Amino acid sequence: MAQQLCINQGECRTGQFISLLALGGLVILGALYAFFTLEHHGHILTGMTNQIVWGLPHVFAVFLIVAASGALNVASIGSVFGKQVYKSRAPLSGMLALALLAGGLAVLVLDLGRPDRLIVAMTHYNFKSIFAWNMIFYNGFFAIVGLYLITLMDRRLKMWSKPVGYMAFFWRLSLTTATGSIFGFLVARAGYNSALIAPMFVIMSFAYGLAVFMVVQSSMYRWNGIKLDEGVRRRMKNLLAVFVGASLYFTVVFHLTNLYFAKQWEFERFILLDGGIYTTVFWVGQVIIGGIVPLILLFMPRSKDAQSMCFCFLAPLLVILGGIAQMYVTIVGGQAFPLVIFPGHEVQSSFYDGIVNAYSPSVYEWLLGMGGVGITFVLTVVAVRVFKFMPQDDFQTLQSRRSTD
Amino acid sequence: MARVANLPGLGKWFRLAVCLGAVAFMAIPSMQAVAGVDLPKLEHGKGDKCVDEEDYIRRNHPDLLKHHRDDTLRKGIRTTKYSLRKCVECHAGSKTGSVASSKEDFCVACHSYAGVKLDCWDCHATKPGKRPVNQTAQPSLSPLMPSHGGSQ
Amino acid sequence: MSDSMNTKQEDRREFLKAGALVAGVTLGPGVLFYGVAHSRAPEEGASSNQRWGMLIDTTKCGDGCNDCVTACNTENGLSGHTGPQDSQWIRKVDIKDLRTGYVQSLPMMCQHCENPPCVDVCPTGASMKRADGIVLVDRHSCIGCRYCMMACPYKARSFVHEPLTDQNPEVPRGKGCVESCTFCVQRVDRGEQPACVEACDAKGHKAMIFGDLKDPESEVSKALKSTDSVEVRADLALNTGVRYQGI
Repeated sequence: MAQQLCINQGECRTGQFISLLALGGLVILGALYAFFTLEHHGHILTGMTNQIVWGLPHVFAVFLIVAASGALNVASIGSVFGKQVYKSRAPLSGMLALALLAGGLAVLVLDLGRPDRLIVAMTHYNFKSIFAWNMIFYNGFFAIVGLYLITLMDRRLKMWSKPVGYMAFFWRLSLTTATGSIFGFLVARAGYNSALIAPMFVIMSFAYGLAVFMVVQSSMYRWNGIKLDEGVRRRMKNLLAVFVGASLYFTVVFHLTNLYFAKQWEFERFILLDGGIYTTVFWVGQVIIGGIVPLILLFMPRSKDAQSMCFCFLAPLLVILGGIAQMYVTIVGGQAFPLVIFPGHEVQSSFYDGIVNAYSPSVYEWLLGMGGVGITFVLTVVAVRVFKFMPQDDFQTLQSRRSTD
Repeated sequence: MARVANLPGLGKWFRLAVCLGAVAFMAIPSMQAVAGVDLPKLEHGKGDKCVDEEDYIRRNHPDLLKHHRDDTLRKGIRTTKYSLRKCVECHAGSKTGSVASSKEDFCVACHSYAGVKLDCWDCHATKPGKRPVNQTAQPSLSPLMPSHGGSQ
Repeated sequence: MSDSMNTKQEDRREFLKAGALVAGVTLGPGVLFYGVAHSRAPEEGASSNQRWGMLIDTTKCGDGCNDCVTACNTENGLSGHTGPQDSQWIRKVDIKDLRTGYVQSLPMMCQHCENPPCVDVCPTGASMKRADGIVLVDRHSCIGCRYCMMACPYKARSFVHEPLTDQNPEVPRGKGCVESCTFCVQRVDRGEQPACVEACDAKGHKAMIFGDLKDPESEVSKALKSTDSVEVRADLALNTGVRYQGI
């Protein structure tokens, strides 16, 4: 088919595009199937219980929402901090932020006990609830980032992109702070209840969002047979390394603080030493796969020809996997650890007091969670094809800048 | 394969057809109604008359019930005039003993005719109490009061 | 216990009582008015002049006795199953002091906090506290997000995991909503005791005293004044309506 009909840059590979859509659509269909099944039979079919009330769907949902806010980081660095390399990536970054948030929110909504009452959630706000604030932040995020995208992509509105970019920047920081506070404000549970969680979520959002951005960018470049400029690549990998390092730093401080408080020892022992699956997921998933290995990959000196794959695709991919592991430890691990109602006592009851709560997600939870990823994927694939989101660097400017940097 | 860039070429006729099709699709149920679905035959409730004029109740029962439910649940006001439980006590069908178990039952008959989804019976009992509610009994402040099922 | 909780507004209370009595009598036949301390006419709403509460004496609570739980299940139409996905509004908890080895048994349920975390976190306001201190879930606006279950320090809440039928007409319950002990609000509004308390009395343990914490003459207030009692997780300063003696 004639190439000039393609709106998108590069080669138009319709067949492959359709197969990508079909793949994503299949995943979404799976989520819808799970949703309607649960809507009919109730959550009895899931692995979630009265002890583990938030499970795998929430792991995916919160990860996607946190990554959404972080994906906007690239645009913010362009608009707010005026870096040219990032400016040309701003539209892709904004679009990804919207797609990720849409995916995350969809999972959150589909998992509600009464999803038919979504309208209630949108019309009745308890302003003391950080959850209600989150809903406002999410809706506002769509509006503001949508507006931001328009100012970025319409030449006549270019001058507005800076003020709107600022707004999006602060909105996004508030959003992730609020998302972290969903856990930080839980006064009763040993695994949460910390002011550190909100800033930690902000830092982690930087890492997860940038990682998603880099994976998508690498895929797009590869798809179109374009090579990412070496300077840009180096900058982005260094930035990712800084964020991954900072996330590790926050993790260390969080657990060190807990280790200093005697009343938190049992929880720390659970996560760090003898919590079974949670200990494994923490060390292997969050720390090694999501932190140390990517750092090694990013900083490992290597020859020119073997470069792009490991740096700009594998490392961020591992960061994403580590992010999902971190959410699993935070969300499910935090609930699996028994709620301390009678400190200093051994407790036993018919309601599973005092024991480590078991959780094994059913296929429905996997379908719901992956559905969020599917929605993000399909939105991204369509958007990238229909609009001009491919980051285009002006290589001559880059060259001259590099010589003066 | 029609590409996005080609869409303007499909032009207004295509869009007009899509719109007309959508309207026609949405009109199907109402046409069926025009064609004549029998009015629901409602069983007469217990007693002589409803707590208010029938027309008034028919039109306003959603608001009355909603208002009453908020008063009862949130404020603890336990008047019985517009209480859902009282509705059920009078209007439970003679066959099923329920207001919403079969298509002939009071609530369902009318609501399926009107095509309005009912949300009440996911939580509320559709039958009058299995266990008669002890409205007039002495308050059971005494430990000697027989409990409803205390030592089952 | 804070003094403010017991702040006496005797005059106003007496006035309301008299008013309610008049209203009750005026309504005429069919309405029976109970002349006990905490009864009120149906059209009179819950009042902040009252605060319902409970004192549980763990030394009287029978080890192995489950009558309060059974009574609760019957009254509120719970299945009584104890799988991880089944609702339990009240449960018996056996606790053993790790240092001394002292063993006790006690009932645990919604503590009806003055500052309930579940109400704070609920996005829609479905989780609510009545004027008289009873903490409830308004199922009409509960969206089933379960955030209140994350927030409750007592694990008092359950999520209904499957469709239900044949509910108790006075206790609506249904799939997809969160629920918990209501102090048997339908009984309390009639001037009766919660089912668990009644069952405990019937068994002869009399470990649970229920009443108005703001009425200094109530049995529970007198008992609280004369014994040392604690709230569970007192460090959270939630001022619970349920207090324990003996732990």
